Amino acid sequence: MSVRIGVAIFPGSNRDVDAVNALTLAGAEPVELWHERADLDGVAGVVIPGGFAYGDYLRAGVIARFSPIMRAVAAFAAEGGLVLGICNGFQVLTEAHLLPGALLRNRGLRFVSRFVEIRPERLDTPFTLALPDGRPLRVPVAHGEGCFYADEPDLDRLERDGQVLFRYVDDAGRAAAPGSRANPNGSLRSIAGVLNAGGNVAGLMPHPETASEAILGSADGLGVIRSLVESAARRQGSGTPVEVGAR
Amino acid sequence: MTDTSRVLRFAVNVTPKPGILDPQGRAVEGSLGHLGIDGVRDVRVGRRVELTVEAADAEAGRAIVERLAAELLSNPLIEAYAIESLGDGVPGEPPR
Repeated sequence: MSVRIGVAIFPGSNRDVDAVNALTLAGAEPVELWHERADLDGVAGVVIPGGFAYGDYLRAGVIARFSPIMRAVAAFAAEGGLVLGICNGFQVLTEAHLLPGALLRNRGLRFVSRFVEIRPERLDTPFTLALPDGRPLRVPVAHGEGCFYADEPDLDRLERDGQVLFRYVDDAGRAAAPGSRANPNGSLRSIAGVLNAGGNVAGLMPHPETASEAILGSADGLGVIRSLVESAARRQGSGTPVEVGAR
Repeated sequence: MTDTSRVLRFAVNVTPKPGILDPQGRAVEGSLGHLGIDGVRDVRVGRRVELTVEAADAEAGRAIVERLAAELLSNPLIEAYAIESLGDGVPGEPPR
C-alpha cells in the first residue's frame, strides 16, 4: 500500500498540481486537503505547495496561517509529523512559526523565475535521505519574496544546530553570497531552505516538485520528494517518528 | 453597539525594523535623483492599516488593536508597528 501524503490547497495555491504529480512519481498516494478542513484525513506527511495563498495579501503566507487546515498541520507537526513547505508553503510555515526566519522581498525587487543550484547541507534528514550525495540540485525558483532573513544570533544558531537544509551555490559549488546571481533573492548566508529544531518540518524557496522529470528540464528535485515519501512510509510502518533531531 | 461602548478609529503603521534591508525604500531613494531632489535619505517603505473598533472604552479598544498589530498586521521578526489613535469613529454598520 502506498503511503498517503497530503497536499494543502488554499485559494491561490497554484503549484499543488506539481506537488501531486511529484508525489505520484515518488510512489505516494497524494491526498488533496482543502484549506477549510480541520483534519488531515490520516495522511502520513503534508506538503504545503507554492502559489499565492489568499492572494498573499498583507504578507505572503500570513492569512493562510489562520486557516483550519494550518491548525491541523501545526498539531501534526507538534507530534513529529513530516511537513514540507515549498515556496509560498515555506512562507506560510515561517508565518505560522513552524519554521525559523522570515522571507523578505527579493533584494533585487524583481520576481525571479529561473533555474538555480542548491546544495543539500545534510543528507540525514527526512527531506534529503534519498538524495544520492551532496551534489547540488538544479531546481527552479519562482518568487518575489524569497530573501531568507533571521538576525545574526539566530543565523548562528541555525548553522550550529544543523537547521540549514539547502544553500544556493554558484557554478563552482560555493555558497552564493547575497548580491551574486547564483543567489536569486539575496538570502542571508545563501540559505535556500531550513529545518525546524525537531527536524520534522522543512521549507525551501526553490521548487523540487517542479524539477521532478527530465522533460521538465531537471529531475534533480524528485530526490527531495522521494525522501519525504520514504520517511513518511517508515514513520507509518514503525508507528514512531523518524529519528532526526538537531545535530 | 451598546449604550456604554465606544466606536474608535485607529491606524497601525507598520515599518521594516532598523537594520532590515528595505529594497523598496532603496528603490524610492534611487529615484530621487530623477526628480532633482537632494538631501533625502533613510527612506523606509511600510504600510498603514486604518480600522474602526467598537469597545467598552478607549483602553479596551487599544488593547484589541495592539493584539491585532502584534499577531497579524506585523511580523515581529522583521517589522515594528506604532498605533495611532484617530479619535471617534462613526457608529453604525461595521465596514465590510
